[in-house]
Amino acid sequence: MRLTRRKRESRRLMPMREQKDPARGVFTRRALLFMAVQVGAMGELAHRLYNLQINDGDHYARMAASNRVSKRLLAPPRGRIVDRFGLPLANNKENWRALLMPEETTDVAGTIERFSAIIPLDERDRSRIAREMRHQRRFVPVMLRDFLSWDEMARIELNAPSLPGVLIDVGTRRVYPDGELMAHIVGYVAPPNEQDVAHSTLLALPGMRVGRAGIEQNQDEQLRGTAGSVEMEVNAVGRVMSELNRVEGMPGDEVCLTLDRGLQQKVLNHIGDQTASAVVLDCHNGEVLAMVSTPSFDPSLFDSGVSHAQWIEWTNNQHTPLINKAVAGVYPPGSTFKPAVAMAALQARSVSPTDRVFCPGYLDVGGTRFHCWSRWGHGSVDMHDALKYSCDVYFYEIARRVGMDHIAQTANQLGLGVPLDIELPHTRDGLIPTPAWRKAHHHHWNGGDTIVSGIGQGFVQVTPLQLATYTARIATGRAVSPHLIRAVNGTLGEQANPEHWPALDMPDSYFKAVREGMFAVVNEPHGTAPKAQLDLPGMLMAGKTGSAQVRHVSRALRESGHFNSADLPWEYRPHALFICFAPYDAPRYATAVVIEHGNTGADAAAPLARDIMRDTLLRDPANRTTPPPENVADAGSTIE
Amino acid sequence: MICVALLPPRILVMAAAPVYALSLVLLAAVLHMGHVGKGAERWLMIGGMQVQPSEFAKIALVLALAAWFSRISYARMANPLWLVPPALMVLVPVALVLKEPNLGTAVIIGGVGASLFFAAGMRLWLIGLLALPVPYALKLAYSHLHDYQRARITTFMNPESDPLGAGYNIIQSKIALGSGGMWGQGYLHGSQGQLNFLPEKQTDFIFTMIAEEWGFAGAAVVLGLLLLLILGGMTMAICSRNRFGRLVGLGISMNFFFYCLVNLSMVMGAIPVGGVPLPLVSYGGSAMLNVMLGFGLLLSTWVHRNSHFGENLTRPEA
Repeated sequence: MRLTRRKRESRRLMPMREQKDPARGVFTRRALLFMAVQVGAMGELAHRLYNLQINDGDHYARMAASNRVSKRLLAPPRGRIVDRFGLPLANNKENWRALLMPEETTDVAGTIERFSAIIPLDERDRSRIAREMRHQRRFVPVMLRDFLSWDEMARIELNAPSLPGVLIDVGTRRVYPDGELMAHIVGYVAPPNEQDVAHSTLLALPGMRVGRAGIEQNQDEQLRGTAGSVEMEVNAVGRVMSELNRVEGMPGDEVCLTLDRGLQQKVLNHIGDQTASAVVLDCHNGEVLAMVSTPSFDPSLFDSGVSHAQWIEWTNNQHTPLINKAVAGVYPPGSTFKPAVAMAALQARSVSPTDRVFCPGYLDVGGTRFHCWSRWGHGSVDMHDALKYSCDVYFYEIARRVGMDHIAQTANQLGLGVPLDIELPHTRDGLIPTPAWRKAHHHHWNGGDTIVSGIGQGFVQVTPLQLATYTARIATGRAVSPHLIRAVNGTLGEQANPEHWPALDMPDSYFKAVREGMFAVVNEPHGTAPKAQLDLPGMLMAGKTGSAQVRHVSRALRESGHFNSADLPWEYRPHALFICFAPYDAPRYATAVVIEHGNTGADAAAPLARDIMRDTLLRDPANRTTPPPENVADAGSTIE
Repeated sequence: MICVALLPPRILVMAAAPVYALSLVLLAAVLHMGHVGKGAERWLMIGGMQVQPSEFAKIALVLALAAWFSRISYARMANPLWLVPPALMVLVPVALVLKEPNLGTAVIIGGVGASLFFAAGMRLWLIGLLALPVPYALKLAYSHLHDYQRARITTFMNPESDPLGAGYNIIQSKIALGSGGMWGQGYLHGSQGQLNFLPEKQTDFIFTMIAEEWGFAGAAVVLGLLLLLILGGMTMAICSRNRFGRLVGLGISMNFFFYCLVNLSMVMGAIPVGGVPLPLVSYGGSAMLNVMLGFGLLLSTWVHRNSHFGENLTRPEA
């Protein structure tokens, strides 16, 4: 009011003043012009503000929301791996960790020093902490030490006042309760490398692990699960202010294996300190009930990183502890290949089971003499006798008649020298050689190559798992394939059903002839494997021995009569093999055993296979839904 | 403020020349030993206090120009030669401030100077003559701008072209403004400001905070109050019976107006960003001091509005 009155007053005075000072009139006019401009400018600003806040308000409000909300992934717990009865083979255990929140301490270096006085930190820890410190923002915790014991945690808590910014939290760590027993199958996990992280952002989360071997590697994505997410309100530098919305991740699938942990342990006990592998299959559906490869290793060593010395020791060890010999060890099958040759000959209608071949102890073909393992020969043998005695000359002769292509075809159908789709990484396919294969490698296929292939020597190479599969297929006549995964999250796979597996396109009579020969090997007088007889009432087993030479035995040495392969250095001794199935009248289990440089199949492999088969029959895992009481199995092993 | 308000115009006229000289010295000093803050030398440490000399230069310039124009007659205003010294008085501080560099303040100083020329009675034909080469001058000026100043102009044209870099401030500010809506998100509940997305929320972008938390309603009230202050200052200037007082009052009011205009346009994304606070609202010592000094002068012109001090001096020439 007062102002306006003054203004009016000044306006009234204006004409009088103007005459005195024309500048005042000009000033007043121009000042009023300025005021108009000022009002206009403020009005324009208000208008603009109105447009921003009211007209476009929704648009900017949405932008504001996306500005402040940060989405982060939550690490899902890794799926468990259990045996067929649900016993844990790979599990998650709480991992107590000491973290340092750098922004909560004024003296980071001093806090770390005081921490290391309580919990020793080695050089590796220190360099890792320094590296993380450089790369991370100050409100992201840095892990000082994990795998803390209760004792260590108590010491940290006790000293908490002198350790500002140090906090303890819990993550998970992968544990393998059976360690070496399951190492080759279950595998192990290790921290992801940069390549892994580049492929999956989930792996960038602290504590995530990647399967590096076995089922852990093969089923890695299935076990990993899917990440949950949490939406957080963050400020401009990314510090979390509050949690808005949380979606828990899906834990990884629980993978139930076909293995029987108890049987696995028995098999390992029987093998002892031999370098060997053994596979036990359910003939009906190809479930792998036990798969052992010795020596083994401790899978938990990989979680925090294997020392260089340990790695050198493993890789230089001639007993190859890191390799699962059951799927990645290839061996000449030796005489265990003979049933396949017999099947091929029957398939090709080159021989009938009753055709006889005379064995004088050798066979001369094209100026080369091929010896039978028996210097004196086996006389006139038919297929039954040839399998029983493991007569080499018989199989030289029928291999020559049937030809390598037929042998390879039948062997492949029976599961030898072909990929088997087992759920394990780093498997090998073995090889059943053919003239075409030889030619592809720019060599000529000789008639002699066929003949030595007839007794599973030469270029023929198979894995123990292939031998077990082949045995199961002969035992049932069905094209069962071995597999390790029985169920996922409690849902039984289709593979568990025997009907899933089609019959092989071979007449039953052929299988019967070969099975009878294998029965004779174990149970008839003069069979090669009397040691494989089961001492269980009403249970009979059929099998086939094999002793695979790894070095050429010269004719001079052989004819000197003083040759005894047991005198050779370990690495030159023949491999000892045995394949078998039982019960003979209703085959349920098939086993293949390969003892590296075990000398003879009959003396080394057959008794081992018999022990394994007896325990398998006593436990009868295929017909159980719960593990047998331990005393039953124990009773079985004390029958000896 | 009160102390300055009590000073009679006679003393102010006498003080104008030394104050102006001191402000030039300070501006020159800041270029040589100024404290570099955010890429520009704007601050001077005096007795442990940070001082921004360009703020004082504005007040000093208003005083100096008012003193000059109050001494020459209206008739002399027609002669361009009499306008050369005051023009230099404007251009020297503008050049020094540009050198700091502080484009926003330089524009304000230039604007205040120009409006004083206009209000003092500069002839319109002269203004028209001077306006002719302006486009060329602008072109020349753009070519001499610092890279960051050019970046501001480019991002002003299209802020979304560089959302995390040079355009970040503008975009965040507009988001904050827009999310305020009619009634705002509530005091201390503005997500952008409280979560620090908004840079310099206590100083240059204070208005954004207000608009986000109090909404359009609150922001409009602030705008209205500011306009009231400006118009009040202008009225005081008009009512003064001496020329010096009129010019000081107008200069101070225009200074305040330019301040508000530049800052508000800046936070609304209407002009390129420059380090100009919002007077009376922003947190900042020397800007506040400057505004208070200005209001002191304004009140002084009001208190001494009836003194014929200016006219007494100019009468002989009239």
